[in-house]
Amino acid sequence: MTVLDARVPEGPIETKWDDHRFAMKLVSPANKRKFSVIVVGTGLAGASAAATMGELGYNVKAFTFHDSARRAHSIAAQGGINAAKNYHGDGDSVHRLFHDTVKGGDFRSREANVHRLAEVSNNIIDQCVAQGVPFAREYGGLLDNRSFGGAQVSRTFYARGQTGQQLLLGAYQSLSAQVKAKTVELFNNTEMLDIVVVDGRAVGIVTRHLHTGEITSHAADAVVLATGGYSNVYYLSTNAMACNTSAIWRAHRKGAMFANPSFTQIHPTALPNSDELQSKLTLMSESLRNDGRIWVPKDLDEKRGPADIPDEDRDYFLERRYPAFGNLAPRDIASRAAKERVDAGYGVGPLKNGVYLDFSEATERLGRDVIEEKYGNLFEMYERITGENPYEVPMRIYPAPHYTMGGLWVDYELQTTIPGLFAIGEANFSDHGANRLGASALMQGLSDGYFVLPATIGNYLAPMLGKPKVDTSAPEFAEAERAVHEQNERFLSTNGTRTVDHYHRELGRIVWDYCGMERSREGLEKALSEIPALRTEFEANVRVLGSADTLNSSLEKAGRVADFFELAELMCRDALAREESCGGHFRVEYQTEDGEALRNDDEFAHVTAWEWSGDPSNPIEHREELRYESVQLATRSYK
Amino acid sequence: MNLTLRVWRQAGPTAPGRFETYEAKGVSEDSSFLEMLDTVNEGLIGAGHEPIEFMHDCREGICGTCALMINGQAHGPAERTTTCQLHMRTFSDGDEIIVEPWRAAGFPIVKDLVVDRSAFDRIIESGGYVSVATGSAQDANLIPIAKDSADIAMDAAACIGCGACVAACPNGAGQLFTAAKLMHLNSLPQGQPERYERTVAMVEVMEEHFGSCTNYGECEAACPKGISVDFIAAMNRDYRKALSRNRRSA
Ligand SMILES: Cc1cc2nc3c(=O)[nH]c(=O)nc-3n(C[C@H](O)[C@H](O)[C@H](O)COP(=O)(O)OP(=O)(O)OC[C@H]3O[C@@H](n4cnc5c(N)ncnc54)[C@H](O)[C@@H]3O)c2cc1C
Ligand code: SF4
Ligand code: FES
Repeated sequence: MTVLDARVPEGPIETKWDDHRFAMKLVSPANKRKFSVIVVGTGLAGASAAATMGELGYNVKAFTFHDSARRAHSIAAQGGINAAKNYHGDGDSVHRLFHDTVKGGDFRSREANVHRLAEVSNNIIDQCVAQGVPFAREYGGLLDNRSFGGAQVSRTFYARGQTGQQLLLGAYQSLSAQVKAKTVELFNNTEMLDIVVVDGRAVGIVTRHLHTGEITSHAADAVVLATGGYSNVYYLSTNAMACNTSAIWRAHRKGAMFANPSFTQIHPTALPNSDELQSKLTLMSESLRNDGRIWVPKDLDEKRGPADIPDEDRDYFLERRYPAFGNLAPRDIASRAAKERVDAGYGVGPLKNGVYLDFSEATERLGRDVIEEKYGNLFEMYERITGENPYEVPMRIYPAPHYTMGGLWVDYELQTTIPGLFAIGEANFSDHGANRLGASALMQGLSDGYFVLPATIGNYLAPMLGKPKVDTSAPEFAEAERAVHEQNERFLSTNGTRTVDHYHRELGRIVWDYCGMERSREGLEKALSEIPALRTEFEANVRVLGSADTLNSSLEKAGRVADFFELAELMCRDALAREESCGGHFRVEYQTEDGEALRNDDEFAHVTAWEWSGDPSNPIEHREELRYESVQLATRSYK
Repeated sequence: MNLTLRVWRQAGPTAPGRFETYEAKGVSEDSSFLEMLDTVNEGLIGAGHEPIEFMHDCREGICGTCALMINGQAHGPAERTTTCQLHMRTFSDGDEIIVEPWRAAGFPIVKDLVVDRSAFDRIIESGGYVSVATGSAQDANLIPIAKDSADIAMDAAACIGCGACVAACPNGAGQLFTAAKLMHLNSLPQGQPERYERTVAMVEVMEEHFGSCTNYGECEAACPKGISVDFIAAMNRDYRKALSRNRRSA
């Protein structure tokens, strides 16, 4: 085990980023043209990074497996984006946003990164408004805000229930302007299947065109992965169907360390599962918790409909357990509290697998118009899916896998342990510790993409000016292409009996049962024996039809599920190694008397970063120690 | 419920296509249309047949990826609903359902139910943005925007780029999509400096790829986001103004 150095700059936390920006080496405008950068992913992180580096003058090649850059999963974010503008004078500040985020992450994030994120948050809002992002406004014409979980101020900017869509369209449009200016070359329908490392540096990628099956090598001076999160390891999650881990997993196999893989976020407000064939879980934005009250009946045998149950027979369990934050308790806490009630038999709905999210009181207080203005599209979506009208019957919700705090380990400059390979957005592990607060993933993606990476990448590139470049004739490219072809051929010739989806569903069930909202030594050990067994069966018995030289979505999925298998094992190992509870990682052995997470700062105030050893069952553990200088380590309390 | 599907299968862009018939048995009315297709595909793979390729991703009506003609209607029979949000309770036991890809000259077929909508990206690249370099923006609240203008911009910006408007149009015209983006940016103060240049550029690229508009209005009826044809009228006004400005400055 080695101790990783994040290369956090010296000096007071308030000025680290400014000082570091001054200290970093620069590439002059005329020389930027001499460097090429590959960006994989065109979500908020990737599109903003590619557009900004294009503006700066770098030669950028951007890749997405979607048919358009605008379709990245970021488009689905509903609720909002945080910033420390304090436009409402309710006591917000950079320091408070920083503090809330470190605390929300249960003291498992890197202070210096989080402070930089809070500093940059305000520039993001300025940038997006200048691009024409139609954020919600008050009647006076100024920007409106709302509150999200884990905060006692109103700092969340939003565009109806479509904030991610509008922010992504802003970034996509800026990217499009650079495509027109020919500083960015955009490759749609193109999936990265491997990264290429020569002499220890990332020098390119190998891709497959999803429509033609063509395998191609691309070389560059640096590679940036902005490929999103891996919640789909659970099969059912709030993520889009195509979200996967392959880009970062294949980088991991080439030497990039994977940090805190077991730190996953289970979001409290999604629609409960309805049947076996369900393909995804739909999120109901956290913003609903501004006005909705969460409850279950007090009586185990309650037979009445929700409207007929009087207040005294309802258990508003979040308000009861966490009076200070109530329905706006952070996600990990709210999810576990719902699970506790449902496990105890108080669940509602035909399968007794949900809790109520009730707007009747808010509707009475504010009027239906106001509720409709704020949440209309979410209510419509709920009705379309469930056939029930939430203006009349309370919504039924249950926690669902949603976000992954874990990801590739990066240093302060967002560089992975492979020089020249950077990771931004949800793909890295950096800012959210063991639990992400609502509305801060969009903030982090855009902070990384617009402001941090375009500055830090110059520090890597500057010393390479005039040095010989690696091109795609290097044997490492041919080798990577060969491996990709071979994997495809293997899947197509296995000719087994079960579909890829079958194995994905089975894997997801194991990960959800043993490495989901609650983990125990016993369960994790069980998972660690079941996962490799299922993987062996998958390899021997999967059925992928068709060929590799055409659009073949089963073949695409097979490669992604193969990587999920290996990742799932690492998640369980990581969860087993972390003998404490913190944020979304709840080990039943480590809890207080009233069921709260019991952290162990003496032994676990560190990031665990795993190195690939060649054998998915024997990863090598490394650590980055976390030091808290500006925020006092304390037990989180939302009571 | 049990259903009969007639699905368009086409091996590649230039291959001939044909309808194939599949039985979907025991479909739950709570499942979505795409989950029903997932099940049909599992059955096909089990029987040794290549599954039906179709487009989808978020499955919550926001990414704009899903796109099916269902019984001749873009996104199917439910109003203001994307294909992925269409649920089987809309159908009845015994129904025959015809499933086709978007059919429009501007959207060539890739395979089965998958089409190429990259012409939409070309329209945005031609001018669908505000030119503002990262880091050069002023404080956001220095540009107050009346709530009604902000609301109009947001109504237009809600377009998900699915292409149902084109698929529904007898002429395969791209007006509703183009107008939505133009009126999002043209209604805001930030969009004013490039307003007329943008309008001309986007309209011209649109005309290269898509048919012409003869006011059928089918686009609005098919649009899952309720984008109004009024935006097309506004776009046409801006376009005429732009042309006369160009003439004056020429
Ligand atoms: C339903 C939902 C609602 C949310 N709401 C909020 C919210 O209100 N506020 C908030 O802050 N956060 C929210 N989040 C979280 C947030 O949306 C995401 O964390 C964030 O958008 C991720 O952005 P990204 O750029 O890192 O990745 P993504 O947007 O996922 O983009 C990934 C990109 O990588 C590409 N890609 C991936 N792998 C490859 C490959 N191998 N080859 C080529 N391309 C590849 C994809 O095509 C895509 O372009 C929400 C998440 C969900 C699921
Ligand atoms: S205008 Fe409507 S139908 Fe056309 S692309 Fe946009 S959302 Fe789809
Ligand atoms: S799959 Fe995203 S809108 Fe239908």
